[in-house]
Amino acid sequence: MLDVKNISLDFAGFSLKDISFGVGEGEYFVLLGKSGAGKSLILEIIAGLVNPDKGKVILDGKEITGVPIQKRQVGIVFQDYAIFPHLSVKENICYPLKAKHISREAREKTVNELAGKMGISGLLHRKPATLSGGELQRAALARTLTLKPKILLLDEPLSSLDVELRQDMRNILRKLNKEGQTIIHITHDYEEAVALAGKVGIIHNGEIIQTGTIKEVFHKPKSKFVANLTGVRNFYNAKINSDKKAILENKIEISTLPIVDNTKEGFVFFRSEDVVISCDRIDSSLTNSFKGTILNVIPAVGGVEIVVDAGIIVSAYVTEQSVENLGLTEGKDVWVSFKAVAVRFIGR
Amino acid sequence: MRKQSKFHLVIIFLSGVALLFIIAPLAGLMFSSSISQLTETVSDKEVQNSIYLTLSTAFFATVVFSIAGIPLAYILARKEFPGKRIVSGIIDLPVVIPHTAAGIAILGIISRDSLVGKAAGTLGLDFIGNPVGISIAMAFVSVPFLLNAARDGFASVPVRLEKAALNLGASPVRVFFTISLPLAKRNIISGAIMMFARGMSEFGAVVIIAYHPMITPVLIYERFGAFGLKYAQPVAVIFVLVSLLFFIVLRMIAGRKTE
Repeated sequence: MLDVKNISLDFAGFSLKDISFGVGEGEYFVLLGKSGAGKSLILEIIAGLVNPDKGKVILDGKEITGVPIQKRQVGIVFQDYAIFPHLSVKENICYPLKAKHISREAREKTVNELAGKMGISGLLHRKPATLSGGELQRAALARTLTLKPKILLLDEPLSSLDVELRQDMRNILRKLNKEGQTIIHITHDYEEAVALAGKVGIIHNGEIIQTGTIKEVFHKPKSKFVANLTGVRNFYNAKINSDKKAILENKIEISTLPIVDNTKEGFVFFRSEDVVISCDRIDSSLTNSFKGTILNVIPAVGGVEIVVDAGIIVSAYVTEQSVENLGLTEGKDVWVSFKAVAVRFIGR
Repeated sequence: MRKQSKFHLVIIFLSGVALLFIIAPLAGLMFSSSISQLTETVSDKEVQNSIYLTLSTAFFATVVFSIAGIPLAYILARKEFPGKRIVSGIIDLPVVIPHTAAGIAILGIISRDSLVGKAAGTLGLDFIGNPVGISIAMAFVSVPFLLNAARDGFASVPVRLEKAALNLGASPVRVFFTISLPLAKRNIISGAIMMFARGMSEFGAVVIIAYHPMITPVLIYERFGAFGLKYAQPVAVIFVLVSLLFFIVLRMIAGRKTE
């Protein structure tokens, strides 16, 4: 559907280097990277707000690199929403339709439908200055969707929302995607990628260093940077059994803190630093303990990563001293333990 | 503490002097003429005609040159091009040069012997001694107020809003009329009011283009020259009042519109 091919751009004190990626019809693609990595610039190039020095943007088999912004059929929702301050919410949402010679009734219908979907039906006659950030964002999203863009580009859509609104917005985005809307979403927060992405691209210093499904990238980070960005190696498909139990990879059951998420399926993860390795089973507050075999001992900066097969693959981060004291070598049987409080669940 | 209060006293005293400097002559002027003199002057046909001519020529100048000047203001706010600073400087020239010199300069362009004058002549139009000529002179000295205000207005509209509108499928023309222009409206209107006020009060440039028909500033000068202070004062009073009235009413309308 969308192919970004070898995009390069030198910007004041900043550059994009040979950016390539593809997004399929109906896909939810998350570009993940720290702020200043060049994420927004990529969206602006796709939308045509910025022209690249080199490379092509291809949409549905047609090159759109030189096509004017207004003819691209690519909708963007800016991080600051860019709601027109002199128009009411309704006039904002109507804005794209006004020039299209669409009948008044059809316009009303579209506006009401989208406002309903976004939960802003009661705000249509308000001026933007009286709206909260979350409301402005919904208005901006509705406005962009009126034209039924082939691709929806979202610039950090969740980062400035509080926890509750974030959950609502996630649900809205998920639903949109399920209805077939192709989405590219950029963020610095790996949790958003976990919660929403079908595919992720990791961007660092103006380069895309890895793309793949969320599990591929989290399980097999291609570089130290990716591993650090995602922060977690222990990352599993999970089903919630009861409010304090989760089944990982359909294999083992673990204890968790009470889970408030409405969804019953998603991902569970915990940090390697939170995993304890012992030679024998220990009685302690570590509610999750599993027996397994060491698959790999990998020296890392400041410590050693121990990879254990305990039904699921668990990664633990320990000191070199512990490796010596416990005699941790490949093939040795050990116990891996972690607290229920260390376990995070993100619903899908 | 004591030193500071002394300092404050000096500041207040000097502020008072400055204010008085503006108010005193105007206040003096207001009380210079008797009511009967004023009513007599108001019913003077010559005075009425001159005020009507002044207002209409200033209004015409403001409307025509606002429309003509807005694209330039937009370009100055949005585009980078070589020589932009020079162009910005040129815009301010009419304000800094002596207005009689401005009048002479305009006369050189629109006089009967000039290219423009000859071209207008073939259409049966003569700028000299004509209300159109007066408007041109007024516009020349007052258009910088509009251009600068409109440029600041356009510059204060976030580029992002224009790009968002383009992204929503609007053509550049539509973006200009539905986003940029409405958002810069407040500045443009207040610039236009300043331009109107400045044009209406112009004497130097106008008197060189057209002594007749007489705009009020020229009429005041003529009455002063021919009959003396006492005859000029009532006309001055009435014109100052008319100017103030227009200025206040326009400000109020503009204020209500942009709320």
